[in-house]
Amino acid sequence: MNIDRELKRHFIGRLIENGRRIDGRGFDDQRSIVVETDLIKDKAEGSALVKLGNTEVLAGIKMEMGAPFPDRPAEGVMMTGAELVPIAAPDFEMGRPGEDAIELARVVDRGIRESKMIDLSKLVVTAGEKVWMVYIDLHVLNHDGNLLDASTLAAVAALNSAWIPKYEDEKVVRERAKDLPLTKLPVSFTFAKVGNSIILDPILDEEFAMDARLTIATTDKHICAMQKGEIGAFKPEEISIMVDKAMANYSKVKKLLK
Amino acid sequence: MGGKSEVPLIVKGKRLDGRKADELRPIKIVAGTLNRADGSCYLEWGKNKILAAVYGPRELHPKHMQDNTQAVLRCRYNMAPFSVSERKRPGPDRRSVEISKVIREALERVVFLNYFPTSGIDVFMEVLQADAGTRCAALTAASVALADAGIPMKDMVAGCAAGKADDTIILDLNQEEDNFGQGDMPMGYIPSRDEIVLLQLDGEFTKDELEKAKTYAMDGCRKVYELQKEALKKKYAISKV
Repeated sequence: MNIDRELKRHFIGRLIENGRRIDGRGFDDQRSIVVETDLIKDKAEGSALVKLGNTEVLAGIKMEMGAPFPDRPAEGVMMTGAELVPIAAPDFEMGRPGEDAIELARVVDRGIRESKMIDLSKLVVTAGEKVWMVYIDLHVLNHDGNLLDASTLAAVAALNSAWIPKYEDEKVVRERAKDLPLTKLPVSFTFAKVGNSIILDPILDEEFAMDARLTIATTDKHICAMQKGEIGAFKPEEISIMVDKAMANYSKVKKLLK
Repeated sequence: MGGKSEVPLIVKGKRLDGRKADELRPIKIVAGTLNRADGSCYLEWGKNKILAAVYGPRELHPKHMQDNTQAVLRCRYNMAPFSVSERKRPGPDRRSVEISKVIREALERVVFLNYFPTSGIDVFMEVLQADAGTRCAALTAASVALADAGIPMKDMVAGCAAGKADDTIILDLNQEEDNFGQGDMPMGYIPSRDEIVLLQLDGEFTKDELEKAKTYAMDGCRKVYELQKEALKKKYAISKV
């Protein structure tokens, strides 16, 4: 048992039961969001740093030439990876990505893929043989809760700034040829259930207290991905309430993506 | 999800396998099929064939993983290399790690882990043949195997997915609908408690479509739950002399 976490869990739980949050926010308030793009502009084809309160995630885009999946010969490929690097929190360890990092990468991937944000049909050089592979890599720099939303936003902002390099004489020349073809911009919203209350955008201490978590990725009209986490449960009607809140918040966050 | 398919998946209200929009595939559940395991379940769901086994509560190794306040539940969802069209490399991949995690979280809601401090309860799910909806099928089988092992539980979790194909909300996607449909929403639900313990979604759903899919999936889970109970009753029935 982790005593520090247990104490925080009880304290935060009691606070939320009384209608308050430790940082003074309302239950439906997100933390302040800062998005900076093109920080790794000399080597990456796109990059963005997102600060969601104290949580910081850096996303980088690399474009490589490769073969398409056999069942999708006329589409480019996108892949998402996440590393919970040990600089971000005392309990992040060295080594291969664990369960949490894998889930993080897959949920971010799902939001982007299912929204059809990247027009993969425009990434084909020779159908069935050569297509652009879009690698989205997430580097968590500082973990203060809600890595899912910060990471999705960082990935989307990085893609939004990304470009396709030139391809000459069977070689990738790292010079801008054109923008990455994009359609919609997905945004994700993560809710934590603490006791019987539901709060948006939990900080790390609130995550210690949460029973269940739901992440909802939306575009302006559609829900494109969801992921429930943790060992608690949601009532069916709570899902509806969270979906409404996510959709209502979409345009506000989308404005941060230029 | 591949978006809209070139071939229609729903013709005159009927799906390619002849089902109506809100109809489940045939499901067969047998409890207690493995002799060495403490509890087990064999499940067929459409063309899915899944085995689940439970071992424990037993001493947990390595020791540093032990929790002196409750049992540690470990879940492994695994696909046999021959269970899919193109051979799957053996061992865990990113997909199976994620599925194992969401299934474990769903089951932790119902198992009384605090009854068995320092011990481990292992749930192994092997997909022998895959035909869409394997995570819901595996969760369903795992619940029955836990009950068969006599592990104290609040209730069983039933799994079932709803989805979208040809702009229609449908229950329990088959392989074609999963590959060429417009969305999939797997759910784990505890009917007696009206609680959703597993929920994922991918695809494109409007709010109204999502509400309908949720209703479909919950109804599907209620039907699956009845089949789970029947399977247990069948195994533990006292034969008439």
